[in-house]
Amino acid sequence: MLMEPSDETLARAASAGDGAAFAALLARHYDRLFALAFRLTGARAEAEDLTQDICAALPAKLARFRGEARVSTWLYRVAVNAAHDRRRRQATRVKAAEGWGDWEVSRQAAMEEDALRGDWLTHAMRRLPDDLRDTLALVLDEATHAEAAEVLGVSEGTISWRVSEAKKRLRAMRKEEEDA
Amino acid sequence: MTSKDDDDDLFDLDALRAAMKGATPAPDPAKRDADLRLAQENFAVLQGSRPDARLTSDREPRGLLRGMRQMLNTLTGRTGLGLTTALVACGIFILSPMGEDLMQRAPGLGPQEPAPGPVSQPDQMPEPMADSLPAPEAEMQAAPRAEETLPLSGPDDRLRTGPADGTVVLGEMAEMAEEAPAFVESGDLNAPAPLQRLAAPTPSAGIAPGGEAGYIAAEPPLVLPGPDTETFANAEDNPLRIAAEEPVSTFSIDVDTASWSVIRSSILGGYLPPAEAVRIEEMINYFPYDYAAPEPGEAPFRPTISVFETPWNEGTELVHIALQGEMPALADRPPLNLVFLIDTSGSMADADKLPLLKQSFRLMLAELRPEDEVAIVEYAGSAGVALPPTAAGERSTVLAALDGLGAGGSTNGQGGLEQAYALAAEMAEDGEVSRVLLATDGDFNVGLSDPSALEDYIADKRETGIYLSVLGFGRGNLDDATMQALAQNGNGQAAYIDTLSEARKVLVDQLTGALFPIAGDVKVQVEWNPAEVAEYRLIGYETRALAREDFANDRVDAGELGAGHSVTAIYEVTPVGSPARLTEDLRYAADSPQADAAHDGELGFLRLRWKEPGEDVSQLMETPIALPEGAARPGTEAAFAAAIAGFGQLLKDSPYLGSWGYDEAIALATESRGDDPFGYRNEALQLMRLAQSLAD
Repeated sequence: MLMEPSDETLARAASAGDGAAFAALLARHYDRLFALAFRLTGARAEAEDLTQDICAALPAKLARFRGEARVSTWLYRVAVNAAHDRRRRQATRVKAAEGWGDWEVSRQAAMEEDALRGDWLTHAMRRLPDDLRDTLALVLDEATHAEAAEVLGVSEGTISWRVSEAKKRLRAMRKEEEDA
Repeated sequence: MTSKDDDDDLFDLDALRAAMKGATPAPDPAKRDADLRLAQENFAVLQGSRPDARLTSDREPRGLLRGMRQMLNTLTGRTGLGLTTALVACGIFILSPMGEDLMQRAPGLGPQEPAPGPVSQPDQMPEPMADSLPAPEAEMQAAPRAEETLPLSGPDDRLRTGPADGTVVLGEMAEMAEEAPAFVESGDLNAPAPLQRLAAPTPSAGIAPGGEAGYIAAEPPLVLPGPDTETFANAEDNPLRIAAEEPVSTFSIDVDTASWSVIRSSILGGYLPPAEAVRIEEMINYFPYDYAAPEPGEAPFRPTISVFETPWNEGTELVHIALQGEMPALADRPPLNLVFLIDTSGSMADADKLPLLKQSFRLMLAELRPEDEVAIVEYAGSAGVALPPTAAGERSTVLAALDGLGAGGSTNGQGGLEQAYALAAEMAEDGEVSRVLLATDGDFNVGLSDPSALEDYIADKRETGIYLSVLGFGRGNLDDATMQALAQNGNGQAAYIDTLSEARKVLVDQLTGALFPIAGDVKVQVEWNPAEVAEYRLIGYETRALAREDFANDRVDAGELGAGHSVTAIYEVTPVGSPARLTEDLRYAADSPQADAAHDGELGFLRLRWKEPGEDVSQLMETPIALPEGAARPGTEAAFAAAIAGFGQLLKDSPYLGSWGYDEAIALATESRGDDPFGYRNEALQLMRLAQSLAD
């Protein structure tokens, strides 16, 4: 019986032009990518769009995959970068829309919240600063601190600090709400 | 991996992880399939296009890319749709008790605790507000993740027919690739062959991301759903020019009024309009003025020039140039052929779009004569004739067709345009006036391969005598820039309709003006006399500037003047020797220009060129601009135009106003209000007061 080829084997084959290998690799990781996208964005619609962005761009990125990192780490990184991209573009749009863009944004947020009512953690995570949110999203996705550090390009110590900082903030938010 | 401070059960990482797992939704299987297919297609495209990508020149893909990007913008912009309607809601909410509530929660911008948002409780809204908000489900449908709105996802999509489709995706990828330079290390000799080929074309492969990225990265990325997709046409403010260096100023007239309405809807919505939405000439030209009309037998319009002291600057003068078009006897106007090209895409469902449009056309229909003909083409996913050419006298047939229009589907503007022009050509007979009236929320360029091709197409149709006017409805994804471009190329008027009274103004009161051109390609050129004028500045008309040599070139298009229309242009000039001069004489330049005795007493020279409707050769009218005698006071009409010019500059935060502010602008407008039979100037005053309170 043949063993399932490893991620790395598939990735190398895919980057050499093997379409079937690429399909298998992506199918294997799609659900995880989507879950991470959800944690990074905190909203289903956003997560779907982000996942689509990633899927669309992945073939070109794969061409540059050299196998220095594990495939999962590499995918994390692609996802986090794509999320940053989206945020930046959205920030630009908001800025371009001037003052009244604010209304749209808060309204959009309200809509999303509505769709996810009751999911405290998702909301709370969205209120974290981007770096803390990214870190937490990765760590909650069972990335090791070392892996998260590699993905985000910071030291492991920074990851540990961010995780505890994120937890501190979540706790404070919870308290604030309970007191309120 | 548990952290040391696991004092609190909830914030134990494992507990968080479990909570998160519970909260994370499973991907939608259909979406998953679509994404996987998309990735697979892109993979195939990338494999297939590699050799091509190397050969394609830098320039070629751009047009396509640009076009597609624009399309995608409008496509993705459809998300904005739900948001957009909300804008109206927001505007109202500021004024409502619920709005206050929202406002208190909103300033953080970011997500707040689940606020009872407006959308979640439509049933609690006062009636009119509920009307202006589509149901939440409708908004969700309009979001771009709905499959049919994703151009990259379907193999049968027309966007994907050529090799160029790969480039769009690649553009996006390139952009993303830049984000991950760590993966671009090039030292790996074992890299598969295709990669080595890839690296070759880019000289700086070590720095730039890979091959394909190298040439596409320059293109801005696809803009993904943002809160708003409005774009406005505008250019840098006209700078101060020095008469001795650049004595000639040339521009095309502009009878559009869209900018005023956009400004009004912004201010009434409680925020100042973005500076790029402010086009001062359109603000000024929004108002009817009582300028002297031409005598019979004269040119179709008559220029009136007045020179008076600048309200906001003692040391300068305003040169106010007004063109008043003749008003032909309405009784003997030729029959009209009107083709209403109506956007019935999903985004048009809001109360201030399709319903307002129907009301507007009903108003207009009442003004048409029985022998006039109307036809209606609707366009959404596909274009179709909703009403074949019908005499305006058959009101019930026309109204039934109008009422039958419903919003739904995406937009295929070009298909509709082609049909509308075909119908108009069919209806046209000698001596009749044919016009296509495009009514849209601006989201109409989906489905065409290149916006400049569309402009060319319209310009081409213009030659056949069928003109195009563009009526904008709604806010949010109003593509003002494209509207402008289309109307300018189609020789028509671009107007933005936000209220029924605006519809009346545009469609009814000015029916004649918008529909009967009396002079085509009207160009204005002013040569300033450097012996009298040190510096000058044209206020507004930034998007209408022409090169000096374009003036006499009859092949260069310019604005149309309709029956009864008036056009106003205002220059601020600094006389020689004025203390208000902002520039110094050059030390090494020739001596300051000597007054030419023959042209003594002339501030400048005005040249106008226009074509009679249907003619190819332009006519020229010339008249000197005389120096004012003493401290001239402006007439009411010119003073009001100056007040509006001042208002526009305040909105643009212009540096030329000094300490002159809203108080002064309001005072000037108040005293020059004149008769104002339709209340337009009163409305302007109200807006100026509102803007003042918003600016403070």
